[in-house]
Amino acid sequence: MDNLFNIIFSTNFGYAVLRVTTPILFAALAALISDRAGVINISLEGTMLAAALTGVIFSAYTGSAWVGLLFAVIAGIFMSSILAYFSLYLKTDIILGGIALNLMASGGTVFVLYLVAHDKGISASLASKVLPQIELPLISKIPVIGPVLSNHNVMTYFSLIAVIVVYYFLYRTPLGLRIRAVGENPDAADSVGISVRQIQFVSLIASGILAGFGGAYMSMGYVSWFSRDMTAGRGFIALAAEAMGMATPIGTFLASLLFGFADALSNSLQSLRIPAEFVQMIPYITTIIGLAIYASRRTQRAGAKTVRKEVKA
Amino acid sequence: MQKSTLFEFLRTVIAVLIAIIMAFIIIFFISKQPIEAINRFLFGPISSFRHFGNVLEMVIPLIFTSLAVSVMFQAKQFNMGAEGSFFIGAVAAAAIGIKFKLPPVLHPLVAIAAGGIVGGAANFIPAFLKARWKASELVSSLMLNYIMFNLGIYFINYYLRDPYAGAMVSYTVNPTANLPQFVPRTRIHAGIFIAVLAVIVVYYFLYRTRWGFALRMTGINSKFADYSGINTNMVILYSQIIGGMIAGIGGATELLGMYQRFQWQSLPGYGFDGIIVAILARNNPLLIPVAAVFLAYMRIGADLMSRMTDVPSEMVSVIQAVMIMLIAAEAFLSYWRHKMVVREAKIDG
Amino acid sequence: MPDEILKMQNITKVYPNGIVANKGVNFSVYAGEIHALVGENGAGKTTLMKILFGLEHPEEGAIYLKGEKIIISSPQVAIRHKIGMVHQHFMLVPSLTVAENIVLGMEPSRRGFIDIEKAIETTEKLSEKYNLKVDARAKIADLPVGQRQKVEILKALLRGAEILILDEPTAVLTPQETTELFSELVHLKNKGHTIIFISHKLKEIKEISDRVTIMRHGKNMGVYRTQDVTEEEISRLMVGRDVVLKVQKQKNKPGDAVLHVENLSYTDDYGKNVLKNISFSVRRGEILGIAGVEGNGQRELVEIVTGLRACQEGKIYISGKPVNNLSIKQIRELGTSHIPEDRMTYGVAGPASIGENLISDRFYKKEFNTGLFLNLKKLNELTARLAKEYTVKCSTPKLAVKMLSGGNIQKVVVAREFSSNPKLLIADQPTRGIDVGATEFIHKKLIELRDGGTAILLVSADLNEVMEISDSILVMYGGEVVAYFPDASRITEEELGLYMLGVKRQSAEEIGGAFYAKKHAV
Repeated sequence: MDNLFNIIFSTNFGYAVLRVTTPILFAALAALISDRAGVINISLEGTMLAAALTGVIFSAYTGSAWVGLLFAVIAGIFMSSILAYFSLYLKTDIILGGIALNLMASGGTVFVLYLVAHDKGISASLASKVLPQIELPLISKIPVIGPVLSNHNVMTYFSLIAVIVVYYFLYRTPLGLRIRAVGENPDAADSVGISVRQIQFVSLIASGILAGFGGAYMSMGYVSWFSRDMTAGRGFIALAAEAMGMATPIGTFLASLLFGFADALSNSLQSLRIPAEFVQMIPYITTIIGLAIYASRRTQRAGAKTVRKEVKA
Repeated sequence: MQKSTLFEFLRTVIAVLIAIIMAFIIIFFISKQPIEAINRFLFGPISSFRHFGNVLEMVIPLIFTSLAVSVMFQAKQFNMGAEGSFFIGAVAAAAIGIKFKLPPVLHPLVAIAAGGIVGGAANFIPAFLKARWKASELVSSLMLNYIMFNLGIYFINYYLRDPYAGAMVSYTVNPTANLPQFVPRTRIHAGIFIAVLAVIVVYYFLYRTRWGFALRMTGINSKFADYSGINTNMVILYSQIIGGMIAGIGGATELLGMYQRFQWQSLPGYGFDGIIVAILARNNPLLIPVAAVFLAYMRIGADLMSRMTDVPSEMVSVIQAVMIMLIAAEAFLSYWRHKMVVREAKIDG
Repeated sequence: MPDEILKMQNITKVYPNGIVANKGVNFSVYAGEIHALVGENGAGKTTLMKILFGLEHPEEGAIYLKGEKIIISSPQVAIRHKIGMVHQHFMLVPSLTVAENIVLGMEPSRRGFIDIEKAIETTEKLSEKYNLKVDARAKIADLPVGQRQKVEILKALLRGAEILILDEPTAVLTPQETTELFSELVHLKNKGHTIIFISHKLKEIKEISDRVTIMRHGKNMGVYRTQDVTEEEISRLMVGRDVVLKVQKQKNKPGDAVLHVENLSYTDDYGKNVLKNISFSVRRGEILGIAGVEGNGQRELVEIVTGLRACQEGKIYISGKPVNNLSIKQIRELGTSHIPEDRMTYGVAGPASIGENLISDRFYKKEFNTGLFLNLKKLNELTARLAKEYTVKCSTPKLAVKMLSGGNIQKVVVAREFSSNPKLLIADQPTRGIDVGATEFIHKKLIELRDGGTAILLVSADLNEVMEISDSILVMYGGEVVAYFPDASRITEEELGLYMLGVKRQSAEEIGGAFYAKKHAV
């Protein structure tokens, strides 16, 4: 037990939490934007995977991690455009569409990886680049806080900034207002001449951009290569994080942090004498428990409302 | 055949054709020997008896997982847990096969039953969370897949691992537990009969029993089901548990028919392939064998193509996605459907 | 002669399901008047206004605005012509503030961000100008219904509405809020706006409108200056019967009470008391009709009795058994059948076959199962017999229900619900929107069931139906029972209309006659 506490209350662990939260946070924010427009994007897992590979390939060919990032984002947009086109215009069930995209990305990335790197497992033969780490001036000097907050990959800082950007985007811009209106009451939006389908398309694209960032981080920050199915369910964990965060940017951030914590714990505990398999289950078990608690509290609240009504009546 | 059924059939065929044409285009772009590649892809599986055997070997697990998915999808439960149930079912069967000494025939049956029970128990979790608190079965079942994988690997490593084998694999299963392979030069095993039996049982369950009726009505219109007096919460529970059981039986059958030891180091993916087959078959158990043969044929074709040419087999994942997207797209060719329906209505009216 | 600002000429609208909502309707309004459009539900007034606002498109007819012919293809076009509409169901986003809702789609912005202060300022100015007091910063979700309605009106005004259509604006308001709304409407009128006011509350029409157009069965029954007509006259024009439908039936001999509803009250999600202390009984061999304009609590009453909605307060007994906490299945097993109001949502599973729809209430019963399996032979015999007996027009019961016409779909529902030998039948709008042939058929079957001893509760917005079919009649208004007539044949439609529209009300003693519990021990 002492060991466990030593691990959790170390600056290394704090640093690791932020490091592993980053991809979950990007994907959860991506889920948030589409959800607020009333479209559920379950293709985030595949979108991140596609972006991760695209980033690696383009950074290797151009020698620039930033170009890699750009193309990772374009890949994210591409994936979500497919989903948007099929679900909004061809009326494909968005869940089935998302499943199809995830399957396509899972195999398709291996397909492309083999074409460019002649390997079906890992992109080791590609000289891909990594996005830079940033040392925060001043903050890095502060004890405890410095080591936790400083020297992260630039994408980790982007993800934190993204929380604020998404917040302002949703709550302070005309487009954000329309997205929220469309998600909450499409008839109301329609009645004032807002095209529901157009707004949903745009928010799916925004969702793809954020997932693109998350994917780029996976292969050009978190690690420095692409490997098959490297997202390992983070796109799905993100869906749970968004739901637990009550579809608000801050809530989503906190829930992502919780899952990041579970993820970091699972990474750190591998040094202890606990079977690795159990340690690796931690993030997924946490997600199911989190989802169950969230859902039960939600239904209890709904139940409490009727009880109150009965008393009043 | 009704016009609308005929239309659905044509639509599926057109979607498949579009997907295959896309495959050809991709091959022409990336391959130095495109004609050879297409030839292998299309005709490889029937080029030899052994290769066609490979197709049927793959059909067996696909039938189980797609049956599992179709039961859950017919109840409109988007449970993705067939993958995890399949895996843990195989682990359970391995355990029974290794640890127990039972007479032949009985031994595999007990092992398969264990696989079914464990698979059903796994899916109980998302089913319960949905029925009790309306928690999304989609997310919880996806998480469950990872948990089942790790749980399964843990059991293999700590209880069933053969320390003298080079790789991380289990002890060999007692020969009494193995399902016999009965076609020379192939690995086609007795599991194929169990699969056919499962198709029939699931068909009868869905279309000939009161529980299947309640399940389908809940899936078609849950408000109507409620109004009719059907306990829809119960349907949410048992549709997913039964789905898990079928997948678990599939995993057990696959292990006992194809392997001497448990040797998977990752999820084999049949659960997700089952979704593809179920969508192709419109969740109809009687169409599932056809769709499973089609997918297995395509997979083996792609595999043979990748072995002989420079095109990797994963190309099929792109084709599959296009097929699913088009088949699930209500508006795809809907103009013609509308015309057909109007004509039909006129004839009837 | 006042200035005619808008004229709708010879408007005919046929819905895809064949219902003719408007038949050659002429309608005109003068600039700066408050014009009431009245009629029963289904009379075609909302359809007419939806055409004016571009939500529906007429098969025939023309619209003239200030003498010029215009084509209104969408709400956007209507807004451009300065026509605004406040819908019965508000088109607001609950989590957004008043100001955000009002500027939605035309948000003021500065450097890419919404200029919230500007939006609030716009809202406050508008609110001041029209004397519609709202808190621009409040969230819609926190506002009472009356306030939300003001926001809707402001939304229309900000988009330049000169002609304002209000679809039953007082239906959701308290009396105080109604008074407030009326003074605001007068204020708007004084500012030069023209108001079209849809309603069926006669007192209000007398109070607020300058002129009134009365519609019935898709036709215009006349236009009057409001001061020239009495409430009684309007009521007669509104609820009168075109063709008196005659149903052959004997006088009934009611037996013991099957359904008791005792002191039932219900508060909906918005805190509105939808049902207030309702008590009545339905007896064996009796058809008790509930007359009333839609939205006076009938739907909630039916849903609570049949188990679709949870019961909050009061007691319900079927054949002497309390059913408050029973499941729908248990309620059905007591011999209850239910024809639901919304047939496509509750009545049938569209993609399922006719046969499957016919057995959904009894498929699990012993008689239809042999061991583990459904007895398909028996079930097929049953469905073939039912399809024939109830003249469902189909080549085979294997056809999907959604392929049938509305009348035939309703016959499927009726066949299922009537054929289970019900002790109690709740028939909610059993013939809505279906053809005359199917309607006659269903009426005949209802009488047969009654003669066989079934207790029937008939809820219908069709006065013809209620008066001809029922043995006794209950009138609901504002969530209450306001009248009970033990003998339906001894009341005239004019009188019934006065109760339905809240002009008259019986004494508590007369209403109490509807409850037979004391006379027939439970």
